[in-house]
Amino acid sequence: MSHQESSVISEKVTRVDGPSKVRGEARYAGDQKVDGQMHAVPVLATIPAGELESIDAKQALALADGIVVLTARDMPRLHPDLDNITVPPLATRHIPMQDNLILYEGQVVALVLAPSLALATEAAKLVKPIYRTHSYINPEHQVPQSADPARGNYSGSGPLDWTKGTPDAAYASAPHKVKSIYTQPSRHANAMEPSAIVAHWHDGQLTVWDSMQHISSVQITLAAVFGLSIEDVRVIAPHTGGGFGVKAFVWPHEILAAMASKVCGKAVKFVLTRQHMYNMVGYQPQMTQHMALACDEKGQLAAIRQDVENVTSLTDDYVEFGSAAARSFYACDNISISQRVKRGNINLPTFMRAPWDGPGSWALGSALDELAHEAGIDPLDMRIRNHADTEPQTGEPWSSKMLLECYEEGARRFGWRTRPEGGTRDGYWLRGFGMADCSQGQARFQSSAGLTLTAEGTAHVASSFCDMGTGPATIFRQVAAEALGLPLSAVTSDHGQTGLPAAGPTYGQSTTISTGNAVLMAAREIKAKLAAHLQWPVAETVMEDGCIRRNNERLSIKDAMKLMGMQEIASESTFALPGGAYVDMGAPGRPARSFGALFVEVLVDPDLGLVRLRRATGVYSAGRILNPLTARSQITGGIIWGWGMATMEGSHLDPERGRWISRDLAGVPIPVNADIPADLDISFVEEFDHEAGPLGARGIGELAATGVAAAVGNAIFDATGARLHDLPITPDKILGALRLV
Amino acid sequence: MSASARSQTIDISLTVNGRPVQASVEPRLSLLDFLREELDLTGAKKGCNRGECGTCTVLVDGRRVNSCLVLAASASNHEVVTVEGLAKDGELHPVQQAFIEADALQCGFCTSGQIISAVACIEEGHAGSTEEIREWMSGNLCRCSCYPQIAEAVEMAARRMEADNA
Repeated sequence: MSHQESSVISEKVTRVDGPSKVRGEARYAGDQKVDGQMHAVPVLATIPAGELESIDAKQALALADGIVVLTARDMPRLHPDLDNITVPPLATRHIPMQDNLILYEGQVVALVLAPSLALATEAAKLVKPIYRTHSYINPEHQVPQSADPARGNYSGSGPLDWTKGTPDAAYASAPHKVKSIYTQPSRHANAMEPSAIVAHWHDGQLTVWDSMQHISSVQITLAAVFGLSIEDVRVIAPHTGGGFGVKAFVWPHEILAAMASKVCGKAVKFVLTRQHMYNMVGYQPQMTQHMALACDEKGQLAAIRQDVENVTSLTDDYVEFGSAAARSFYACDNISISQRVKRGNINLPTFMRAPWDGPGSWALGSALDELAHEAGIDPLDMRIRNHADTEPQTGEPWSSKMLLECYEEGARRFGWRTRPEGGTRDGYWLRGFGMADCSQGQARFQSSAGLTLTAEGTAHVASSFCDMGTGPATIFRQVAAEALGLPLSAVTSDHGQTGLPAAGPTYGQSTTISTGNAVLMAAREIKAKLAAHLQWPVAETVMEDGCIRRNNERLSIKDAMKLMGMQEIASESTFALPGGAYVDMGAPGRPARSFGALFVEVLVDPDLGLVRLRRATGVYSAGRILNPLTARSQITGGIIWGWGMATMEGSHLDPERGRWISRDLAGVPIPVNADIPADLDISFVEEFDHEAGPLGARGIGELAATGVAAAVGNAIFDATGARLHDLPITPDKILGALRLV
Repeated sequence: MSASARSQTIDISLTVNGRPVQASVEPRLSLLDFLREELDLTGAKKGCNRGECGTCTVLVDGRRVNSCLVLAASASNHEVVTVEGLAKDGELHPVQQAFIEADALQCGFCTSGQIISAVACIEEGHAGSTEEIREWMSGNLCRCSCYPQIAEAVEMAARRMEADNA
């Protein structure tokens, strides 16, 4: 495909799942019904550490006929095949109800099944567990430790320690320096759809309707739990009601539902409540980031240190690689990072939008702003001066990077160079202006897609990818339509189930680049097959307007296929990564990353400490944008996520009881419509990334949520002179700081 | 409460999306669970089950309510409209159409509630400006954070409906 204006890609195409969703017809996992299904409600440990001594289920069982109370004794033991499944995609090695040990509050100790949800809920309340308590280990109070590679594979995804040059010496001798500690609380994703699964055994085979971000992960993991062959597990997920990372891996409730169905011989529907979403799936962990930055008189960075700590469970070492920012954002000869964990009795954290670079960009983007002020340099000039022309860790050239263009265009659109002085009054409000870098490493996953072209001039895309609202079901039809020269209306697709060519996951902003490239490759293969039949050189063959053309020779697809005596042409392609890798971060020698610059104006009420977002301008370098309509929604969504991170969100542990203090949407505020101004100015620089894949695209989903908290914090500083190092930046903290300024 | 005391049911009679419905329900059954579990109308979603998120919003006698906070029994003799009841003769309601055009949905899980809420918001006369819409649509959370697009869709639909009624 040439990089030129086309009729289908780059158009504002509305979502293919729009009509079914606005009619309320789209069926999510929790909307599924199987005849004779049982509703599952868990009984959760009310202590954070200890042992389950016994369970009294008499009252629950006496409530009505047909109630089943499952305890560890009733559950099948994990098949040894599960040892071969790594963590991740298995979310945690610790599967509840295999023994009596309790490692965190909210761990499932029993599962109650009943024919109705109301009955199961009532019965679960009547189950009486008896515990022996152990002393509680509060992770937030622990001394940071090195991650243990034997506690899951999360710690293997990046360097735990890395140094380039001599950062400490460079820091000591530099004229300008800052040292600060940035902290943030644990945050829960709160996808609107709580996780849900319906599991159904039939003739030794398992079918699940599940709420998830990767079909294949669920299939291979559930097969391993029971020692089944992969073909004996069918997974269906046409819609996922938001995931944001916490539905990426396979969590215990998915395994328990499948076990319960096997034991009771009926379909089991296990829909988590909002409260369950706080301790039965992961969250972004509480973090402490120690920053030390230094620069010369001109603002050239002399040293960067980013030492990161995060809480994790006693079961697995999840490492939140915030230090990816120090390794990737700015050119500097002296960089040092470390990652440590603090273990305790809590449920396991996980990847959440935007992992690694989200928290990392908050600390680094804020510290760089501090340093710019210390050195008397405009924060934007500071960034331009330290632009990383090559990847700082390896010195390798980027796949493509147009961040300098983002700076220029963003500054122009926002009016950065002519902004009023920080603290300028607008009525009661103090105006403040801030900016920060947005950046996220680009994961690419091996991914397959099938494509069929019919004699009627229609085409069908088939791939197992999940669409959780990010839009792949729409843009992959666009990709196929453009490559085959068909109108969008002539392309249909199937996704979200096993039995289709295996797609990579829907996380790490990787779906477009991974599965999208597979769709494009399949389309090119079809074109090559047609050209070969016609004995036309493929390079001279064009597919457009439902026809295939070479110079002045032109055949409708119908006629071409008739000529060849074919009803349809099918192809299946795999976007395979070099060296047979399952995942990489760009082609070897060409690291891929998405970039952007975000400018915000905030208003701060100095008497009440209130902070408001007045406007934002974001300009992004993310390769080719396939659908500006859905891309804009991804970006505005990410900025709003960042606003929540910056000013509202946080989950806190009761220090004595080890439980999440609030487990609902009343005690944990997230942004609502009234918090967000209409004036979110989003644009993309024109770019085609040849190195990242033939489609020319990179990812945007995670990118959008990076840099926001730093830009907001920097703007609050600009407005008030108060530098807040602890998220979220709430009115009490602003007022407290203003008293000290 | 003993099992025998709890087993009593209440006969209810209501209209759901224009169709008369008779049922015998437990007093504790919420309107949301009645719609989803008994009538298999799964457009209204359960995002929190305690009135915090708005994914379960339906119209009762034209008023938007969180159906998780309404007992099915108390909906007896009332008219309930869910998102499934908005389209007429297959034709999308202007609000539904505007949500597609403005890309006011992503994962779609909050969309049923947003759309029902938007229909009521317009009917209440709370769609006079973007600011007003943002305020009066704030009972419906969207974690994909489609808020600017939702406000745009409601405004678009309101203007079209005004023009149609003029």
